[in-house]
Amino acid sequence: MKSNQQLTGAEALIKGLELEKVEVMFGLPGGCILPAYDPLIKSTIRHILVRHEQGAGHMAEGYAHVTGRPGVAMVTSGPAATNLVTPLCDAYMDSIPMVAITGQVPTSAIGTDAFQECDTVGITRSITKHNELVMSADDLPLAIRQAFHIATTGRPGPVLIDVPKDVLQNMMTWHWPSDDEVIDSLPGYKPTTKGHPRMIKEAAKLILESKQPILYVGGGVLKARAAEALRELAELMNIPVVTTLMARGAFPDNHPLCLGMPGMHGTATAVTAMQRADLLIALGSRFDDRVTGKVSTFAPDAKIIHVDIDPAEQGKVRKPDVPIVGDCRLVIEEMIVALRDLMAGGTKQADISAWRSRVNGWKENFPLAYEPSEPGAALKPQYCLEKLRDASPEGTILVSGVGQHQMWSSQFWHFNEPYTWVNSGGLGTMGFSVPAAVGAKVGRPDKTVWAIDGDGCFQMTAQELITASVEQIPIKVGILNNSNLGMVRQWQEMFYDNRYSQVHFSESVPDYVKMAESMGCVGIRVEAQEEVESAIDKANSINDRPVVVEFRVAPTEQVFPMVAAGRSNDEIMLQPSQEKRRELLR
Amino acid sequence: MTTSNPFGSEPNHHVLSVLVQNRPGVLARVASLFARRGYNIFSLAVAPTEQEDYSRITIVVDLESATLEQMVKQLFKLVDVVRISELDPRNSVERELMVATVRATAEQRGQIVELVNIFEGKILGVGPEALSVSLDGSPEKLNDFSELLKQYGIIESQRTGRVALPKLDRTARVRAVKETKGKAS
Repeated sequence: MKSNQQLTGAEALIKGLELEKVEVMFGLPGGCILPAYDPLIKSTIRHILVRHEQGAGHMAEGYAHVTGRPGVAMVTSGPAATNLVTPLCDAYMDSIPMVAITGQVPTSAIGTDAFQECDTVGITRSITKHNELVMSADDLPLAIRQAFHIATTGRPGPVLIDVPKDVLQNMMTWHWPSDDEVIDSLPGYKPTTKGHPRMIKEAAKLILESKQPILYVGGGVLKARAAEALRELAELMNIPVVTTLMARGAFPDNHPLCLGMPGMHGTATAVTAMQRADLLIALGSRFDDRVTGKVSTFAPDAKIIHVDIDPAEQGKVRKPDVPIVGDCRLVIEEMIVALRDLMAGGTKQADISAWRSRVNGWKENFPLAYEPSEPGAALKPQYCLEKLRDASPEGTILVSGVGQHQMWSSQFWHFNEPYTWVNSGGLGTMGFSVPAAVGAKVGRPDKTVWAIDGDGCFQMTAQELITASVEQIPIKVGILNNSNLGMVRQWQEMFYDNRYSQVHFSESVPDYVKMAESMGCVGIRVEAQEEVESAIDKANSINDRPVVVEFRVAPTEQVFPMVAAGRSNDEIMLQPSQEKRRELLR
Repeated sequence: MTTSNPFGSEPNHHVLSVLVQNRPGVLARVASLFARRGYNIFSLAVAPTEQEDYSRITIVVDLESATLEQMVKQLFKLVDVVRISELDPRNSVERELMVATVRATAEQRGQIVELVNIFEGKILGVGPEALSVSLDGSPEKLNDFSELLKQYGIIESQRTGRVALPKLDRTARVRAVKETKGKAS
């Protein structure tokens, strides 16, 4: 599409974003990116003005999580770019498609320690899938097309484009590169999506032979939009499913085959079923240390089928017996075909009924549990979550921060639909939930969006509630306020002999209700069990502004089950009331 | 970067020939990946290839083979990396350049010149008490040369790190390259 149309770099940038079908972007203007904000006035793109650049990044992530489309953040150079570092790293760890645009000092000033200059591409090199400093306005359209292509294909991830101010100001001849031009410009980038047919057949054989199989489902299944295919596979072979923290909702929690979350705070059933399995079918999961526990004792008798679009995940932690590089949806669909063919040809599936009943026995004996609070005693966080779960509309999107409240959310919510759970898994970014919930609500305005936060997390990014108020993005925030850094406190209790160090927050400051009200939100405080339901109902009924509900919960509550860091999954600590049944976990 | 002699018979040394798009920052990407993932580089040489859009980076690493496989896969994930070949020393031609300044009294000068001639090196400069010499060749040849110069006293020396290409198969005219399978995502 050659033309003689003359545009400034800034106009080309915004036009390029429009052509990439960007509907919304999150950002904050400043010196070097100023030229790009001018054509934005007339653009079709909605720009959401954040209060801190980190918020822009997490909003873009939240948006991408629930829509599957790349989130876009645009900020200026120097401190704005460094404020974006955390969300970029977060998106990189959790494979979130995201495009970040940063301003840079003019090309003539690069390297001179100019005002608000920093080496953005250098700083973000190891936390982006790719990044690029664009040195000429003529190069902008191709850089944009490459960024969206790279961010959304293969293993998704964040891509950053750094644009010097003069590049935005200079004139260029408009040219929008074709698909072929984009592909040709990236000779080193050709993601494999289709699994190797021979490997898929090998996998099908192993599945049919297995007497104790488990489907170990990770975030890659959601990225590949493979939830339906997964369900078909699980039901075809009757294989129990565990969904990792990044995959909650990829398989319905209310399905009889679902065992919940594995890992450090996973269900006893999910953890044990993986340990005892003779075959793990890992789909878009990466054998993270929070799932495997001590690697040398992880699933010792299991053969491994590992499906992942990133070849570098194959064998990184555990050597697979059948590695399959490819897109989870395509591979699962082919796997189903291969299984049907083999069964049509007379191959029978091994009898897994004994395994199924063993697993179901664990499920019955080791449900997630907590001790209800004594009358008059402090609220239990799990109770608040259960009430919230039961009172919220079907398909509510739950967004969490990082810590105890995140684990309880993942445990006690029932995720029956994909893309209803948003959290920071790999990086574990405290402060993720409020901005990510804003992004999620922007992406899915039709859905109720609840952010569940701890008081520690909330204080890191609460200012984005101002953004939510002003931009009329009516999210709801439930703070499980235990006046402590709860997970740190739990570790100090368990592993540091109750020696609490720098873990206690104030009981009285801030006043979360006043804080919420000052930011244009409705603030509600809940201290007693009988107030919980009415507060939740009130929050769910307000749709013209954000709502903050502060649940004052017991600080002593701990997350169970737990596999201590570096320990074997066989040493799982059960919920105290279940410890006496421990030997049933064989 | 050279922490010990990587050119001997150490079992874990691997030579990687990495074809990259010739773009700003590509060497920094490769180098920071090694640093980030904790891999040690013994030597590294980089220059444009016959096609100006591409550069070739020759890296010598010392790694277990399982680690090497992971390292190659991580390297492949860099968008600018087009192709990675592991070169088997037996099936490749390797060259390295060394320049050295050697202590040389008037009496010793003749001996050193003779040594340089035997090795087909060059005299780059002559001073009253020193000689500057250069030699290119296989890493082993450079090692031998360097050993022999030591008795005179090497004041300064610098080696380039090796560059390498697959040997031509004389009958089939095929490059004896072990291509890495699978592409980055």
